[in-house]
Amino acid sequence: MPESASPARRAVRWDTVVGALLVVVLLLSFTTVDGFGNALNLSFLIGNTLPIALIALPMTLLVVAGEIDLSVASTAGLSGAVMGALWNQGMAIEAIIPVCLLIGVVCGLVNGLLVTRLGLPSLAVTIGTLAAYRGIAQIVLGSDAVTDFPVPYLDFAAGRIGDTFVPYAFVPFLVLLAVAVVALHATPFGRSLFAVGASEEAARFAGIRVKRQKLILFTLTGLMSALTGVFWALHYASARYDNATGLELSVVAAVLLGGIDFDGGKGTLGGAIAGVFLLGALQNVMSLRDVSAQSQIVVTGVLLVLSVLGPRVARQIAVARAGRRAAAAPPPASRTPSPTP
Amino acid sequence: MTHPSDTGPAPVLALRDISKSFGAVRALRDVSLELHPGEVHALAGENGAGKSTLIKTLAGVHRPDAGQVLLDGAPVVFHGPGDARDAGIAVIYQEPTLFPDLSIAENIFMGRRPRRSLGRIDHRATREATAALMKRLGVALDPDRPARGLSIADQQIVEIAKALSFDARVLIMDEPTAALTGSEVARLFGVVRALRDQGAAVLFISHRLEEIFEICGRVTTLRDGAWISTEPVAGMTEDDLVRRMVGRDLDELYPKQDVKPGGIALSVRRLTREGVFTDVSFDVRRGEIVGLAGLVGAGRTEVARAVFGIDRWDAGEVEVDGRKLTNGAPSTAMAAGLALVPEDRRAQGLVMDMSIERNIGLTGLRTTRRAGLMDRRAERSRSLDWAVKLHVKYVRIADTVSTLSGGNQQKVVLAKWLATGPEVLIVDEPTRGIDVGTKAEVHRLLSRLAADGVAVLMISSDLPEILGMADRVLVMHEGRLTAEIPRSDATEETVMAAATGRTAA
Repeated sequence: MPESASPARRAVRWDTVVGALLVVVLLLSFTTVDGFGNALNLSFLIGNTLPIALIALPMTLLVVAGEIDLSVASTAGLSGAVMGALWNQGMAIEAIIPVCLLIGVVCGLVNGLLVTRLGLPSLAVTIGTLAAYRGIAQIVLGSDAVTDFPVPYLDFAAGRIGDTFVPYAFVPFLVLLAVAVVALHATPFGRSLFAVGASEEAARFAGIRVKRQKLILFTLTGLMSALTGVFWALHYASARYDNATGLELSVVAAVLLGGIDFDGGKGTLGGAIAGVFLLGALQNVMSLRDVSAQSQIVVTGVLLVLSVLGPRVARQIAVARAGRRAAAAPPPASRTPSPTP
Repeated sequence: MTHPSDTGPAPVLALRDISKSFGAVRALRDVSLELHPGEVHALAGENGAGKSTLIKTLAGVHRPDAGQVLLDGAPVVFHGPGDARDAGIAVIYQEPTLFPDLSIAENIFMGRRPRRSLGRIDHRATREATAALMKRLGVALDPDRPARGLSIADQQIVEIAKALSFDARVLIMDEPTAALTGSEVARLFGVVRALRDQGAAVLFISHRLEEIFEICGRVTTLRDGAWISTEPVAGMTEDDLVRRMVGRDLDELYPKQDVKPGGIALSVRRLTREGVFTDVSFDVRRGEIVGLAGLVGAGRTEVARAVFGIDRWDAGEVEVDGRKLTNGAPSTAMAAGLALVPEDRRAQGLVMDMSIERNIGLTGLRTTRRAGLMDRRAERSRSLDWAVKLHVKYVRIADTVSTLSGGNQQKVVLAKWLATGPEVLIVDEPTRGIDVGTKAEVHRLLSRLAADGVAVLMISSDLPEILGMADRVLVMHEGRLTAEIPRSDATEETVMAAATGRTAA
């Protein structure tokens, strides 16, 4: 038994694992899946994944701080529905979009206030608003589908730069990603989120304004969800009340898959985004292979469970290994007490 | 200080020349210990002396690298805690882990309750067996009573009863009294004596030296993982014991310097939080250490929390250096120069999963920034600087604080707050559960801070600490300030009289 209890060999970080997994999936898909590697398909992959990615940005911050928002897809749906209804009434798109974003802010504020002022658990609150916001969306737009948005907007949301694999919308996303990475990993605000998620009480005793921060995060999440709702309606050229239904499942699955600890306090945005695109790539491959949408949801659900399970199992294996190492010392030979009945 | 020779009956459990290392750290070196039936044996030593490792070796959690564990004179190997339990060894921890919604009887017989035919649980047999255990322990606890609402002492008694139900012959009590009040300690000690008289061997760990003298027959001292002495408690003094533990004379446990108090730094006026504390007014001057004494539940901690802004107050006001504080806003209290070292370092003082560096850094998020971004170099040097100043013992500054001993964790909490350069420092139970050596260090530190002009408000349930360190003693009783006693008049009697609501001094 070597005495070096491996100070150099440290646990592999989960976000690195997910990043590596993403690379492997991409390489495998390039080589084995017909139609995967061409620029057009890749631009579809990215474009279809962007809604998940956009919401994953604030969701990552929220989960790091120990909260969650399940109403994001409904907020996106409401934003799209309002967009369609106002467009039908002849309002200019330049005026409609700010209104949609404002509605997202309000949705987020409502979630945040219910959680921070009334002390309700965010899981319960946002399941409630998940239903409520979707219901409002249906009231606003009924069963209409609004499709005749201005062409330049539709082109921006669905098109790509020349013949490359890069959708136009990917560029502003990269800017938002950079902002989010800096906010979470390089600012005092981001640092304090990790403290809040790991121990809210200790964070409060360190003078961190926990409630204010959570309110900001919920509001940002609402804003980004509404932006995603606008993007969704333009990208698919269809504003319906049921746009983006079930998207919260993909977002949460991707974020947890990326190693953001559901209990808060741990994770990196890089990991979360790797999780998002891993999920997006899998969905793309499944579509190419004609896997039904229902089956894809099953896969997403299973991934969600595995992503919660994975890091935990990894940790337990590490602990068990350490235990075995500790126990592997030569035992002074002797009798073992027999268990009494 | 000779090695223990066999006295009286043969040892029920013995450790012989046990060594245990973790990586490069030698936690135990050739330690021997014998526990005889019918004795209460104290295990003394500073934090990090190896007490925990020794307990875990006895409890089957750790396997020794070398040496033997002898049960009734025969060598045994414990492959896990289950083996130790089956051998009749039980460990009672500081914080009992009972199921609050189950009854005492159900807690004791959890998972192995007596059955009647068809696998039905025999409630009566469970209850009777529990009642018999309680009788053996000489306590009157109703077996049907739910564990919720039991005092910590009673919860520990339930744990002891549970151990007895497993036919435990050796009880290891790891700082059982750390969270107990005086009368609870007496109750627990009654049970321990009953056990001893019935022939059980008890290994007792406590940082409260007076308890060792009260209840233990012999004491084994460890220092830096090595056995120092095993000897009868009778005839020893506290100083003797401290010398064995620390390896030198403790310069002084209460090194209070005389400081001429300056201007008023903290002023609390008619502060009230309904149902918690009422009409509390006091000042703390620069250079002063003001003790805040009282029984547990008198409202001392609650006043500190309100002053710092964790809880809101309903009436009154607080000023730091003449500036009024906002109600319920710790961040503005910090900005005004107030610091609070809270009572519960694990839940309130530290983020246990975060590194030493970042825990200390948490109070500096406003200062260690450049252009709105974290200045990591500034954060690291600030944290390193204070960790070194307070002699925190750590391997790497990036290690999580959960890897540190209790005393060192407390130093990290102090470092975190001293790094803010406070004008007013409130410390709530600053030395609870930490060893004598660190305790003296903390006292020296508080004394030096006061000498440097900091106003210190010290809440403590440790009366000698209050009397030894405070220039003035404030006493609370049932949510009100009942006395203010100058250092010259402060004695155990005057403070306790005010704390229990008898005539104020």
